[in-house]
Amino acid sequence: MNETMNKKVLRTPDEVAKRQGMWLTIVALAILYAVLFALDNFIKPSKFTLMLLPVLKKGAIYSLVCVSMNLLNGFTGLFSLGQAGFMLIGAYAYSIFSIPAARHAAVYQYFDGGALQFSIPEMLGNAIGVNLGSFLGAIICIIIAGVAAAIFAALIGIPVLRLKSDYLAIATLGFAEIIRAIFQWNGLGTITNGSNLLRDYTIFSDMKIQLGAQVFKLNTVFPFLIAMICIIIIVLLINSSYGRAFKAIRDDEVAAEAMGINLFKHKMLSFVISSFFAGVGGALLAMFQSTVQASAFMSAMTYELLLIVVIGGIGSVSGSCVAAFLYIACSEWWLRFLDSGMLPFGNIEVSFFRDGFRKVVFSVVIMIIVLFFSKGIMGNKELSFAGLIKKIKSKKAAKAEKVKEGGAA
Amino acid sequence: MIEFLHENFRYLLSGISVGGQYALIAIGYTMVYGILRLINFAHGDVFMVAGLIMVYAIAGGLPMWLSIILVIVLTVVLGVAIERVAYKPLRSSPRMSVMISAIGVSYLLQNCALYFTGGLPRSYPAIPFLSKQITIWGATTKMVTLITPILTLVLVLALVFLINHTKIGMAMRAVAKDFETSQLMGIKINSVISFTFVIGCFLAAIGSLLYFSNYTTVVPTSGAMPGLKAFVAAVFGGIGSIPGAVIGAFIIGICENIIKAFGQSWTVFSDAFTFVLLIIILLVKPTGIFGEKATDKV
Repeated sequence: MNETMNKKVLRTPDEVAKRQGMWLTIVALAILYAVLFALDNFIKPSKFTLMLLPVLKKGAIYSLVCVSMNLLNGFTGLFSLGQAGFMLIGAYAYSIFSIPAARHAAVYQYFDGGALQFSIPEMLGNAIGVNLGSFLGAIICIIIAGVAAAIFAALIGIPVLRLKSDYLAIATLGFAEIIRAIFQWNGLGTITNGSNLLRDYTIFSDMKIQLGAQVFKLNTVFPFLIAMICIIIIVLLINSSYGRAFKAIRDDEVAAEAMGINLFKHKMLSFVISSFFAGVGGALLAMFQSTVQASAFMSAMTYELLLIVVIGGIGSVSGSCVAAFLYIACSEWWLRFLDSGMLPFGNIEVSFFRDGFRKVVFSVVIMIIVLFFSKGIMGNKELSFAGLIKKIKSKKAAKAEKVKEGGAA
Repeated sequence: MIEFLHENFRYLLSGISVGGQYALIAIGYTMVYGILRLINFAHGDVFMVAGLIMVYAIAGGLPMWLSIILVIVLTVVLGVAIERVAYKPLRSSPRMSVMISAIGVSYLLQNCALYFTGGLPRSYPAIPFLSKQITIWGATTKMVTLITPILTLVLVLALVFLINHTKIGMAMRAVAKDFETSQLMGIKINSVISFTFVIGCFLAAIGSLLYFSNYTTVVPTSGAMPGLKAFVAAVFGGIGSIPGAVIGAFIIGICENIIKAFGQSWTVFSDAFTFVLLIIILLVKPTGIFGEKATDKV
C-alpha cells in the first residue's frame, strides 16, 4: 500500500522521511528561537528564568565546545586533551579586542593602560550605530578568537600530531598548560594583563537588534545562533569526503594510509578546525562570564568536557549537545539542592547534603556511565527527526504486517 | 661560580628534594604504564588522598607512628581498589576507554576530597623528625630536604632488586613484555597487576609524607600538578624504565626550581617548563632516555 503511494511521486521512503524530517527540524528550530526571543524580551525575569537562562546559554556554549572536541576525539580518533588551552586563547583574543578604549586604563591598571588602545565593537559602533556595531564587532572578534586558536593549533600540530594515542594526549595537555603559563606571564602583561582578569568587554547583554523604533535584546538568542551555525558547519564537514577520511583514520590508521589518505594533512585539518571552534567556544564563554582569567582554564576543564563527550556518546554530535545541556542543567540547576542541605520537596534536612556533595554524586554517575554504559546516551548514532519518522513508520509497517499475518492464519 | 652556586644553593637543594618526591610518584606511573599501557591519571590524586588521610588521622588523635602506617595501608588499599573497580572491567576495551575511566576516577577523587575538606586548604601535620630546621652551607631548610634523596635512592635500589631478582619481579617483567603470552605461561596476571599497584601506591604514600612535609597544605587539586610532572618524568626517562623515571624526576625537580631563581616573573613558567621538556623529548627521542623502541604491529 505504502509502496504504491510512494511510487507515484518517485520517492523512496527514506527520501520522504528525510524531507519530512528536514521540515520538522526547521519548524522546531523556529519555535526554539521564538521561545528564546520571547524569554529575552517579553517574559518578566522570575526565579525560574534566572535559573533557566544561564543554563541555556552555558549549555549552548558547552555543546559547541563538546562537539568540536568530539570532532577530534570521536570522529578522527585523535585523543587530544588541549581543549581548555584553545578555549583560553579564544577567550583572551576575544576580550582583548573588545575592551572599549576608555576602559583600558582601568582594566590594565598595572600595565599602564595596555598596548592596544582600540576596541573593534566600539569602532564599528561609532561608524554604523551602537547596536549593529557591537553585534558585528562581537562576531568579528569571535572569528578572530577562532582564527587565533586555529593558528596556534596549526603551529603545535606540526610536532604534536606525529605522536600517537596517549603520547598525543599528554603532549596536548602539556601545551594547554604552557599556554596558560604564557598568558599569565607578566612579560606579556600589556596585552594579556598578566595574571589579572580582563573585564568590561562586549558581552551577551550588549547584543541587541533594532527593528523600527524598538530595540530587542538577543541575550540568549546570540549564543544559540553562533553555536548552531558552528555545529552545522561541523556536521557538514563530518558528512563530507573529509569527514569520511577522518572516520577512516579513526577506524584504522594504517588501512586509511594504504587507501591513499594523507594522514598528516587530514589530522591537521581536523585538529585546526576543532581548535577553531574551541576558540569560538572560548570567546562565547568569555562573553557569558563577563570576566576572563587564565587560571580558570585548567586541565580539569578539559577533563570535564571529555566526560560530557563520553556521556553523550563518542562519535555522536547530537549526543554531545544533549549531554552538554543535561550536564550544565544538572550541575547548575537541578542538582543544586544536593549542596544546600535540603531535599527539594518538603522541608527535610539531610546532614550529608552540603557543599560539594553534588559533585560527588555527579562523578559517581559519570563513573557508572564510563564503566557500564560506555556508549553514552547516543552511542555513535544521531538524533534526528528523519530517523524518528523512519522508526515510527517501520514500527507501523511491522504492526500492519503482523495484523495481516494474523488475519491470514 | 662558587659564589653563584652558594647564592642559589637553596634552589638546587629544594630541586633535589622535590625531584626525589616526584621520583617516588613517577615510579607508580611508569610501572603501571609498563604493564597496562595506561596513563593512570588518578595516581596524582591517590597521592593527594594519602596527604588527606594523614591530616585526618592526626586530627582524629592517632599517634604519629600509627598515622604513618595507616596512610601507607589505606593508600595501598585505595590504589588496588581503583584498579579492581575502574580498570579491570575494561581490560579488553580500547585503550582510550581505560584512560577515560582513569580521568573519571581522578575527577571522583578530587570531588570527594572537595566534599570532605569543604574546599578549605588543610594544613599538614609536622612530622617531628622530618620538619626539623637545619642549615646546610648557608641555606636553611627542613630535614626532609636531606632525607628525600637518600630515602628515594634506597627505595629505588630495593625496587630494582625486587624486579630483577625475585619471582614476582620476573613475573612483572614478563607481563610488561607480553601480556597474553605471559598469561598463557601460567602467570596470574591479575595478582601481578595488583602487586604493581601496591608498589606504586606504597611509594606514592611515602612520597606524600615527604612532599607535604615540605609544602604543608593539602587541597583537593594538590595532587594534579605533581602527578602530571611525575608522569612527564616517567616519559622523559623512557616509560616503563624505573631508573629512567627517577633520573627524569630529579632533572625536572631541579630545573623547575632553578627557574624560580631567575626571579619573580619567571615562576609562572616553572610548571610550564616541565611540559616544554616533555615536548622536546617527545620530538627528539619519543621513547625517552632509557626507553626501548616499540614497534607497531599492524
